[in-house]
Amino acid sequence: MTIEAILSSGILNYLVGFLIVASIYALFTLGLNVHFGETGLINFGVAGFFAIGAYTAALVTKPLPTGELARYTQQALGLDQPFLVGVIAAAVVCGIVAVLIGIPTLRLREDYLAIATIGIAESIRLVFNNEQWLANGSQGLVGIPRPLYDLVPPAYYNYIYLGIVVLILAFVAVLLERMIRSPWGRVLRAIREDEVVAAAYGKNVFGFKLQALVLGAMVMGIGGALYAHNAGTISPGVFEPVFGTFIVWVMLILGGSGNTKGVILGAFVFWAIWAGTQFATDALVPPALSARAPYFRFLLIETLLVLMLLFRPKGILGEERFVSTLRPR
Amino acid sequence: MTTDTTDALLEIDNVAKSFGGLQAVQNCSLQVRRGTITGLIGPNGAGKTTLFNLISGFYAPDAGSIVFQGKRIDGLPPHRVFHHGLCRTFQVPKELKQMTVLENLMLVPTGQAGEVLGAAWIMPWRVRQQEREAYDKALDVLEFVNLAHLRDEYAENLSTGQKKLLELARAMMTDPQLIMLDEPGAGVNPTLLTSLMEQIERLVAERGITVLLIEHNMAVVMGLCDPVIVMSNGEKLAEGTPAEIQQNEQVLAAYLGGQNR
Repeated sequence: MTIEAILSSGILNYLVGFLIVASIYALFTLGLNVHFGETGLINFGVAGFFAIGAYTAALVTKPLPTGELARYTQQALGLDQPFLVGVIAAAVVCGIVAVLIGIPTLRLREDYLAIATIGIAESIRLVFNNEQWLANGSQGLVGIPRPLYDLVPPAYYNYIYLGIVVLILAFVAVLLERMIRSPWGRVLRAIREDEVVAAAYGKNVFGFKLQALVLGAMVMGIGGALYAHNAGTISPGVFEPVFGTFIVWVMLILGGSGNTKGVILGAFVFWAIWAGTQFATDALVPPALSARAPYFRFLLIETLLVLMLLFRPKGILGEERFVSTLRPR
Repeated sequence: MTTDTTDALLEIDNVAKSFGGLQAVQNCSLQVRRGTITGLIGPNGAGKTTLFNLISGFYAPDAGSIVFQGKRIDGLPPHRVFHHGLCRTFQVPKELKQMTVLENLMLVPTGQAGEVLGAAWIMPWRVRQQEREAYDKALDVLEFVNLAHLRDEYAENLSTGQKKLLELARAMMTDPQLIMLDEPGAGVNPTLLTSLMEQIERLVAERGITVLLIEHNMAVVMGLCDPVIVMSNGEKLAEGTPAEIQQNEQVLAAYLGGQNR
């Protein structure tokens, strides 16, 4: 086989698509790790930041629709900016939303944040579903531009995008790891373990929680932006709690909450299992029941989660014993 | 133990706090003089721990004032109170479970540049240097309380007595003017208790720290504290030397549950 034949073969294409999505989920998992893994903030609204990141990136990078398309698209703005501007805008808007959510909820008991984030994520999705002026309501946005699209023939484009996604993932992971494994991250972990102690020893608990909430949300926003440019089209249905929030939590717990490498690994392993269960249900479920096969997948995944929590509650890797890597050894 | 100096480090004036219908602390006025080990005793429910929570900022008083080193601290949040030079420990040990003994201590020092988000990227040299200082100090303190061999252990794996020592060690990581110890001796075995008492005395003698402690163990209180303040029903009942307190009729009545004192 020639190189071209290998690169355009079905299996490799599937694998590249798989790695792109897994890397994007790894970004959500990294964000949730800052929230829950390090600080103990229970954010059940990952899907909300996912949606805001994706919509922000789309509106910043798409031009306003022209011609025939303009009659069917209600799009409040289309700034026609480069890809990286969209990614940064997605992070910034998610950070601002996190501040607005954090100010009223972070001073309260932790369960209030959990409840508030569920509600806010659903509200964000429903707003996008019902508006008819901002981002085209329930029909969503199409034609979100893809970075460096003209570089190679379309059949090979996914390789370019995989490179972009992996570069951004690596950049974010290295940036976060260094920030977390420092005295700053030590305060976060102290807050997670017992915020009364952190306060008694002079740490401004609210301030640190807000920093963690904003930082994690910004990372989720970057993930949302990368999702939008990969899919090329987004609509509110994408940001349902199951795919937007629930499986991110499973990835976090599977890989090892509190461990940067672990949560990335969790995203890849989970996404592999998720894809694997599709093949498994295709093979195992008789055709008459195939309409119900997706529920069988959920059953498999949830069984996995329960087994994980029972037998390996700290995840595949578990967290490192020491927070600060800047201390002497 | 010198009690010659009369200047008050901590002045509590007519402080009151109620929870619903329960008046936990009322008309409570007392002073802690600089350089003393002041004991705070009283029957269960007398309001001692509530008073600690009021002083350290975990509760805001309903009335009255709390003045520390000439500055009012009542109503400030706990982390601000701490920065005034006032440090407390907890009755039930609050070790940071999934953190090592060493990092339980290294958390404490104030002014850590590395606690600023991103400082590890922007000024790693400074953070490293401060980490070195915090590390050395933590090792010293752990030697002082005989926990050095457990420094890399998760704090949750310590025994109750060791957790009490960890509480004390954490307080020693800073240089406070006043350390408030809530039942430092509870759950500590007699051998360890003797060393704990010595360590508290050394804190005062060598480092000039003032100590206010709640304790039910009378051997500790009478051996260590001067003066002793007795609380009952949310207010100060008596104050004096250990000998005076032991002779005080009102105190005896309060401890024996006297309704008609």
